[in-house]
Amino acid sequence: MNAAARPVNEEELQAWVDGWLDPARRGAVERFLAENPDQAARLGDFRRHGDILRGSLRGPDREPVPERLLRAARGGAARRPARWLPTAMAAMLVLTLGLGGGWTLRGALEKPDEVAPGAGAAGGDLLVRAAAAHRVYSVEVRHPVEVRAEEAHLIAWLSKRVGTPLSAPDLREFGFRLMGGRLLPARDGAAAQFMYEDAAGRRITCYIQADTKGVETAFRFAEEDGLAAFYWLDGALGYALVGPLPREEMLGIARAVYRQTEP
Amino acid sequence: MSDFARRLEQEIPALRRYARYLLRDAERADDLVQDCLERAITKRRLWHNPDRFRPWLFALMRNLHLNQVRWRGRRPSEVPIDTASPLTPHPESQVDRVQAVEALAALEDLEADQREVLILVAVEGLQYKEVAETLGVPLGTVMSRLSRGRERMRAAMTGGAPGAATLRRIK
Repeated sequence: MNAAARPVNEEELQAWVDGWLDPARRGAVERFLAENPDQAARLGDFRRHGDILRGSLRGPDREPVPERLLRAARGGAARRPARWLPTAMAAMLVLTLGLGGGWTLRGALEKPDEVAPGAGAAGGDLLVRAAAAHRVYSVEVRHPVEVRAEEAHLIAWLSKRVGTPLSAPDLREFGFRLMGGRLLPARDGAAAQFMYEDAAGRRITCYIQADTKGVETAFRFAEEDGLAAFYWLDGALGYALVGPLPREEMLGIARAVYRQTEP
Repeated sequence: MSDFARRLEQEIPALRRYARYLLRDAERADDLVQDCLERAITKRRLWHNPDRFRPWLFALMRNLHLNQVRWRGRRPSEVPIDTASPLTPHPESQVDRVQAVEALAALEDLEADQREVLILVAVEGLQYKEVAETLGVPLGTVMSRLSRGRERMRAAMTGGAPGAATLRRIK
């Protein structure tokens, strides 16, 4: 029996789905599918499901490759970053937006006091709690927030518990809708977390705590593997904005939060 | 830069994807990728066939991963509580979110062997013999896992009965 006339088998059908079919057998498979609409529908579904999976899971090829992996690929010594949550400050690169001085980049652990006199620990503590809360709650499907934005008492309740009048920043100009908020522990008391979501399902959280001991800081930036955070103390409240967005996008949103909450 | 380093660099995105699938945690996934890259450099003399670079790397990384799991398994107190967080659509995914969530849930419901084959074939685009090399199983095993995995996934996605019209293999 010559190759074109041989009956098709399951392996060949799978190979047709994946584009690995021997070209000599394409005619036979396509004739078979024309005569067997059930099989054509089945293979069509296989292709479609494959497209959905590929589209859903692929992504890291569009992300910038971390420098440490590039160094490792080139055979250089690549340091592993310390972990953000367990080791707090060690992991951070702090980016200060000096009021007149432009951008400077330094390690917060080495010289935290130069970044924000007297406030290194307070800001780091804020960041660690905000990031932990973000990681825990932003992945929640059923209960991402404790009180939904639609409920009128959300702001009054959080203000009362945090101990100072709060407002939820309006981030609709960036495509982020307020989902609601929740009450969380802070170092000495309570903090509020507001959660936002955009049309793509990305979630960012704004963590606000009252305990700043009157310290003010510039914007500081930290990021680790896909999560970016800007955080600052404004003398009355401490803010940390955390989300899976690129730095520039987070900065725009952080500036809007800052404008809206200026004391 | 050497040819080896350049090829290694090109494979980083695929390695990161596969590592995220194995570990379900982006940070730990990048640690695994780094381990794999370092190991690849020390073992570069063992890599002979230029056409089989990705399966070689994938197999290297998969074995590192299995060894790390076993190593942790012997020290229960050090095991991070592995929640095996579910696969979620990539934030930049262009796929309709409802469809993506449904498909990933169906994928998660497959037996692990079938799921891994489907990932390597449908998501990573490996050839069947490359999947066989990566996993260290015969080609026939890859084909039957692929066929059964797709059938079960289709049943879950359409709510129909599995294996409705599977062709018999013809030798």
